[in-house]
Order: sequence, then C-alpha cells, then structure tokens
Amino acid sequence: MRRPLEPVSQGLRVVLGISFFVLFVAAWAFATLGGYVSRTFLADPITMLQDGWLLLTKFGFLTDIGVTVWRVVGGFILAAVVAVPIGVLMGAYKPFEAFLEPFISFARYLPASAFVPLLILWAGIGEMQKLLVIFIGSVFQIILMVAVAVGNTRRDLVEAAYTLGSNDRGVVRRVLIPANAPEIAEILRLVLGWAWTYVIVAELIGSSSGIGHMIIDSQALLATGQMIFGIIVIGIIGLISDFMFKALNRTLFPWRLA
Amino acid sequence: MTNTVLTIDNVSRVFPGMRGGAPVRALEPTNLSVTENDFITILGPSGCGKSTLLRIVAGLDKPTSGRVVLKGQEIRAPGADRGMVFQSYTLFPWLTVADNIAYGLREKSVPSSMRREIVASYIDKVGLRGFEQHYPKQLSGGMQQRTAIARALANDPAILLLDEPFGALDNQTRSLMQELLLGIWERERKTVLFVTHDIEEAIFLASRVVVMTARPGQIKADIPVELPHPRHYRMKTSIEFSDLKALLTEEIRVEAMRASEVH
Repeated sequence: MRRPLEPVSQGLRVVLGISFFVLFVAAWAFATLGGYVSRTFLADPITMLQDGWLLLTKFGFLTDIGVTVWRVVGGFILAAVVAVPIGVLMGAYKPFEAFLEPFISFARYLPASAFVPLLILWAGIGEMQKLLVIFIGSVFQIILMVAVAVGNTRRDLVEAAYTLGSNDRGVVRRVLIPANAPEIAEILRLVLGWAWTYVIVAELIGSSSGIGHMIIDSQALLATGQMIFGIIVIGIIGLISDFMFKALNRTLFPWRLA
Repeated sequence: MTNTVLTIDNVSRVFPGMRGGAPVRALEPTNLSVTENDFITILGPSGCGKSTLLRIVAGLDKPTSGRVVLKGQEIRAPGADRGMVFQSYTLFPWLTVADNIAYGLREKSVPSSMRREIVASYIDKVGLRGFEQHYPKQLSGGMQQRTAIARALANDPAILLLDEPFGALDNQTRSLMQELLLGIWERERKTVLFVTHDIEEAIFLASRVVVMTARPGQIKADIPVELPHPRHYRMKTSIEFSDLKALLTEEIRVEAMRASEVH
C-alpha cells in the first residue's frame, strides 16, 4: 500500500484507469450473460453493441448525435456569451454584485428541467426550446462562479497594477480578466458537463430527434440495449469534450504549468 | 541641492475597530520630507505602521489626517509616478519577465520599439538576460524581486517605494539584492523610500535611516548615514558601520520590547 498523497507514475495511472472500465464491463457481462438479471431489464454488453451498430448503420443515429451535440454547444455558447461578461462585472464592481447576486443565487436553484413544460408553451417544441433549457440551466451557474473567481483575484496584483499606472478599466482588462481566464475556462468545462444533463431532459419530452429522443423511443420497444448504448455514447462524447477542453486550456495558458 | 520631492505632512492613520472593538491607531501624525536622490530607509519593529505609511504614499491607503505631497501635487490615488515593490511576489503570473517589465509602459502607450529598448536596458541592469521569456513561476524568489524592481523602474517614477522587498529571501540572496539595488541607485540616483525591519539592511542602503516607534507608530529618530559610496559589502564589518548598528539596535530594541508588552 502506498502512503497518503504519494504520487503514481503516468503508466500505472493509465493502467489503473482502464482496469476499472474492464472490471465494470466484466461484472455487467457476468450478471447478464450468466443469466442473473432478466434480459427484459438489462441487455448484455454484446447485445448492446449489436443494437448500437444497428442504430448507427440503419436508423440514422449519427444524425441524432449530431443534433444533440449541436444543441448542447449552441445553448452553452449562448449562455457563456451572456454569463461571462456579467460574471466579470459582478466580480469587479461590488454594487453591481449586490444588485444581481441575490436574484441569481435564487435563480440558479430553479431546476432547468422544471422549465421544460413552460418553455414548450412559450417556444414550442422546436430548437429554440431546447437551447433555452440549456441556457437557463447554465447561465446562472456560470455567472455566479465567474463572479466568485474574479472577486477572489489576488489584491496585491491589483495594487501592483495601480502603482504601475493602470486605471480602473485597465485593471479589469489587464489584470482581472487574464488572471482569471484559466479559472473561467475550468468553470466552462464543468458547466458544459451539466449542460449534457439538461439537453437529454429537454429531448426526453416533446422532441423528435436527438439522443434523448432515441432513448425514450427505445423504452417503448423495451430495447434496453439501445438505451444503454445511447447513454454510453453521451458518456463518451462527454469524455472527449472534456479532454479537448483540457488540451485547449493547456495550450492557451502555458504560464500555469510553466 | 535641497530639492524636496516628497513631503509627508502630519499624516496619521486610524483603522476603525473590528466587530465593535476600539479603533486602532496605526500611525500617529508623522512628518517627513524627502529630498531628491535621497535613499531613506524606514526602520521599525513589525506592526509599527511603517508599511501603512508607505502604502499611504503609494496612494493604496488613505490617511485619516494630513496629506502627502509629491512634487507639489497632493496624492489622492496610486499612480505611475510612484513605483512600488511589495514584499509578496506580485509579478503578473500570465506575463513573461519582459512583458511584466513592459506593463507600465504599455499602460502609458509607449510605442513598441521604444518599449523593447527600455525593457532590454532594465533586463541588463537587474541581470536577467536570457530570462526574458520565462514566466514568474519559473524564477527563484530573488529573480522575481529583481524583475519587480525592473518593472517599477521602467516607468521612470519620481520616487521608488519598497516595502520589505527582500523580507522573504534567504540571507545570501538578500545581501546580493541589496548590492544590486544600491548599485542601481548609485548609478541612476533615484529617490527611494525603503521599509525594513532589518537594521543592517537599513544602514547599508540608506543615506538616511528613519526609526519608527512601536504602535502607534511615529518617527523617533532620523539618522544620516555618511558612509561613502560606492559601498561594498565588506563595509558591513567596518567600525563606522558597527557604531551605527549599535546605536540603531539600541533604539529598535526599546521599541520591540514596548511592542511585545502591548501585544
């Protein structure tokens, strides 16, 4: 056994990480193929893969995936474009924060999924409604987290900037924003993960396309293999986007790792 | 020759009491006048208000009473005419050494060719050639403070303020940094206000040592240091130096004891 906080090598880390996936699939295969769990409720891994292949080749599941990705990215970008500037201003200017913070703290606990029926009334069942669900689910979270990050900027860096001749706008532009850019990117990465939950909820109700729609369709057919495949696809896409976000952050902010 | 750059005129600072406590008198009304090319070290026990005084001169804190006048202008806010070096490492971590030094010049919209020239000259003066493209994280504490000095000087301020800039460095590095700073001062004749609690540092650097009392702080003594320039580190073992050190040790000791009784 290792001591607390003792690091592991990169190789061992990869091996351990993969081995849990293997263990998980093995336990699943054992339970289903061994006949311990009814096929009606849980498909075995092989059926799941066959169903998945069928979905991709015969039923145009790639289009569904594309539609869902588009919705997540669209709603998320919309939210980020609105939320990041507001968050920065709230973090930087305390009266602005005092004005908005109580409402946003309240609004962020409004569950985005509960807005789905209301949004259908307002925006119909088109794309706008899906984007709005993601927007509502993400925007308040991003605002608050960015505001906290900016508000916690090291005071001595701000003071140093003032003694070097920065004015208030210069401090926001050339200290508060660059100092917090990596953290803002981290916040966006985190919230993007949550946006995936909102999009599926939006697609489960009143939708005719997307991964969520496929899952709810498969439920009517008791096609658990397809449902599980859909869920796993979401997981994989999430993993890929996370990876890309991390790689992007590394290239954008080399000074953090230097 | 008696060209007054900075006048501290009856400046005091009272911090409001925390959670209903009594207000804290950090600084009693203080007067000090700084002449061009002075290198003044402000020496005092910790918590004596010497940093508060420096922050007021920088414009980062406001006096409760009195005023600070720099070249005929009353100070109300921080500005590029007063360069500051802090005890904590305050380089901007997202900028390289060169960009850190150029920060103030960019704020002043100095054209980029001129900026490069000024940055290069200060890189040389603080001995950081070859490290221009390094990020602060890649530098030792001493190198970071050298960059911070260069960053403050690149703005060509009327006065340079240093708040225990070498306090976090090890003894050997501190000693080298003192020589570096003194070398720059001897060559460029800047006006400097330097806060420290280190007696040796205060004497070695200064043309005048200002001793402050324990809280509430006020100026207790103003002692000229007439050691010749250029000063060499070996001077720290000379008789004149030792005499001054003995004198100041006595002054400070009384204050440190008073401070420890209060706290």
